[in-house]
Amino acid sequence: MPDVLKAPLVVEFPFTRSLGPVQRAFLTGLRERVLLGARTTAGRVLVPPAEYDPDTAEELYDLVPVAASGTVTTWAWNHAPRPGQPRATPFAWVLVRLDGADTALLGALDAPGPDAVRTGMRVRVRWAAERTGAITDIACFEPYDGPPEQPAPYTGEFENPVTGIVVPARLDYTYTPGRAQSDHLHALAEHRIVGERCPRCRKVYVPPRGACPACGVATTEHVEVGPRGTVTTFCVVNIKARNLDIEVPYVYAHIALDGADLALHARIGGIPYDRVRMGLRVEPVWTEGARHPDHYRPTGEPDADYDTYKELL
Amino acid sequence: MSGPIAVVAFAQSDHRRTTDELSEVEMLMPVLHEVLARTGLRTADIDFTCSGSSDYLAGRAFSFTMTLDGVGAWPPISESHVEMDGAFALYEAWSKLLTGDADTALVYAYGKSSPGSPRDVLTRQLDPYYLAPLWPDSVALAALQAQALLDAGDTDEQALAAIGARSRAAATANPHAQLRGPVPRGDHVVRPLRSGDCPPIGDGAAAVILAAGDRARRLCARPAWIRGLDHRIEPHSLGARDLTDSPSARLAAERAGAFERPVDTAELHAPFSSQEVVLRKALRLGDEVCVNPSGGALAANPVMAAGLIRIGEAAARIHRGASDRALAHATSGPCLQQNLVAVLEGDPR
Repeated sequence: MPDVLKAPLVVEFPFTRSLGPVQRAFLTGLRERVLLGARTTAGRVLVPPAEYDPDTAEELYDLVPVAASGTVTTWAWNHAPRPGQPRATPFAWVLVRLDGADTALLGALDAPGPDAVRTGMRVRVRWAAERTGAITDIACFEPYDGPPEQPAPYTGEFENPVTGIVVPARLDYTYTPGRAQSDHLHALAEHRIVGERCPRCRKVYVPPRGACPACGVATTEHVEVGPRGTVTTFCVVNIKARNLDIEVPYVYAHIALDGADLALHARIGGIPYDRVRMGLRVEPVWTEGARHPDHYRPTGEPDADYDTYKELL
Repeated sequence: MSGPIAVVAFAQSDHRRTTDELSEVEMLMPVLHEVLARTGLRTADIDFTCSGSSDYLAGRAFSFTMTLDGVGAWPPISESHVEMDGAFALYEAWSKLLTGDADTALVYAYGKSSPGSPRDVLTRQLDPYYLAPLWPDSVALAALQAQALLDAGDTDEQALAAIGARSRAAATANPHAQLRGPVPRGDHVVRPLRSGDCPPIGDGAAAVILAAGDRARRLCARPAWIRGLDHRIEPHSLGARDLTDSPSARLAAERAGAFERPVDTAELHAPFSSQEVVLRKALRLGDEVCVNPSGGALAANPVMAAGLIRIGEAAARIHRGASDRALAHATSGPCLQQNLVAVLEGDPR
C-alpha cells in the first residue's frame, strides 16, 4: 500500500450571534464595567445571567448589579495554556461567585502558582483595557484582600447596547482520507482515474469511498476508468464565484467516465456554453502540477447513444 | 409486534490512538458486518437504523452520510442520526421499537478523534456567549469538578488514582481496550487531574442490534432486556450546578427503574476518574456492584461511541451469563451535563 496521505485541514468560522435582552444587557455592562445578574422570582441572582430560570423556566428580566469582587468556589491549575484561552502564561481556571450573586462565573485567575490558589479565596475582576461587549472584557480575576466591592451603578439602560457578538473559532486537523481515497488521489497524481468495483453488485465507483453504498461491503478491486467519458447532464453557471478565475457563463456537468457506474462532476471547456449537450463525448485536460483535471473538453467523437448512459443520470 | 425490547448483539472495533489508514466508513464497516453476523440478519432485515457521531471530530460537514455507505442502503432504509453519543441514538431506536413500527434496529456510533484535538474540539459544544470564547478545554472543566469533590471530602487523590488503576487493570481482559495494565499516576494535565485520571484519545466504533419480543428470543440465546431507559440534562451554566452531584443521573436512573432492585454490574461512562465518584454516589452503587469490568472510558474513549459501548458491554455480560441485572450509563457535555441510564436484565436462569 502506498503511503497514507495527510494534509492540514483548518476549519475556521466567525459565528455571528444576536443577543436577547438579558445577554445584551450583561455583555454591554461588561463593556461599561458593570456586572449584572438576573434575579429569579425566588430571589436567586444568577451570574452569568440566564434568560430563563433553570429551576422554573420562567422568563427572567429583572437585572441587578453585582460586585466585581467575589469568592472562588472551585479551581484548577492550568500549567500549559492552550490557544484562545484567557492567559498565555500558567493560570488557574476558577469559578467565582461574585458578591451579591448566587451562582458562579467561569474565568481565569492570575496567580503565581497553584500554591497561591484555594477554594474560598477572595478575588476581583481585572477588566480588559479594550472592551467590546463580550465575556472576554473580563481579562481575568486577580487576588483581592479588601472588603466586598460596591456594585457599579446601573440605571437599567445603556447607550449603544451591543446587539450581537462575533465568536471566532478555529480548529486544526490533520486530515487523512483513508485507504480507498488515498489510492484514488495517488492515481490522480499520475493523471489516471481509478475507481473500485463492488464485489457484490459489480458497480464501479469513482471516486471510490471504500464501500459500496448500496451493498454495504468493502470495495477493493481497482478499475482504471476513462479517460474519456460522456456528459450525462449539465447546468449553465451564470454567477461568478468569489476567488474563482473562470469567466461566466460556463458549464458544469456530470460526466460518466468510460467503465464507471457513477458520474463525476466537472467543468466543461473548449466549447461554447450553449453547445454543450447530453451525450457529448469529453476527455480530461490536465494542467501542470494539478491534482485534478482542470476541465473536460470535447473529443470530437459522435455523441453517445442515450441508452448507453441513461442508467447513470 | 410489541413486547419487551432487548439488546441482542454488540460489536466494537479495537480502539486505537490513530487509524490514519482508514476513513470513517472503512473503520466502521467491519463492526457493522460483525454485529449483523452475530444475529444472522442482513441490512434488509433491519427495520430502523440510527447512528451517533459528530462532524466536529473529523472537521467535515455531514460526515455521517459517508459512513452510511457501510450500512448498504439499497433497497432504501429507514434511517436517522443524532449528533451525540450513540447511546442517545439507541434511545431513539428504542423509542421507535416501542411504537411498534419496527421490530429490529441497528444502532451504531463512531469517532475518529485522531485528526484533531478533542480537548479543543469539545469547547465548541459549550455555551457560545459566556464559555466558548474562553476555550475552556474538556480536561480543565473536569478538573474544576474534581477539585470541588476534593474540597467536599468526597474523594482524595489516592482514591482517584485507584480508579484509574482499577479501570486499566480490568481492561487487561478486554481485547478491544486501548490502554491496559498498570498505569503510572502521571503528571498533572490540569491540576488536580493527572494523566492517569484522564481518558485516552483514540478512534473507534461500535454497533448494537435491538429487537422486540419473540424476535429477540430467536436472535439471541439470552437477550439483554431493556427494563428502563431515560436521559436527563442539567442547567448548562456550570456555576449554577453543584458539581459534586449529578441530579440528572439520579433522576434518569430512578425513571429507568434502577433503584427498584439491586444491579450486579454497572458500566459507567465516566471519562475522568473523578466522574466515577460522582456517578457512584448519584446512582447509589455500593462496593458489591462490579463497576466497569470492561475498563470503562479510562481504558478506551472513542468520543461519540464510548457511551454506546457501555450499553453494549453491559448487554454482552448478560448475553454470556456474567450478569443478570446491569446498569449502563452514558454522558454527554462537560462535567456530566447530560446523563442516560439503561437498566438491562437477562431472563432468570
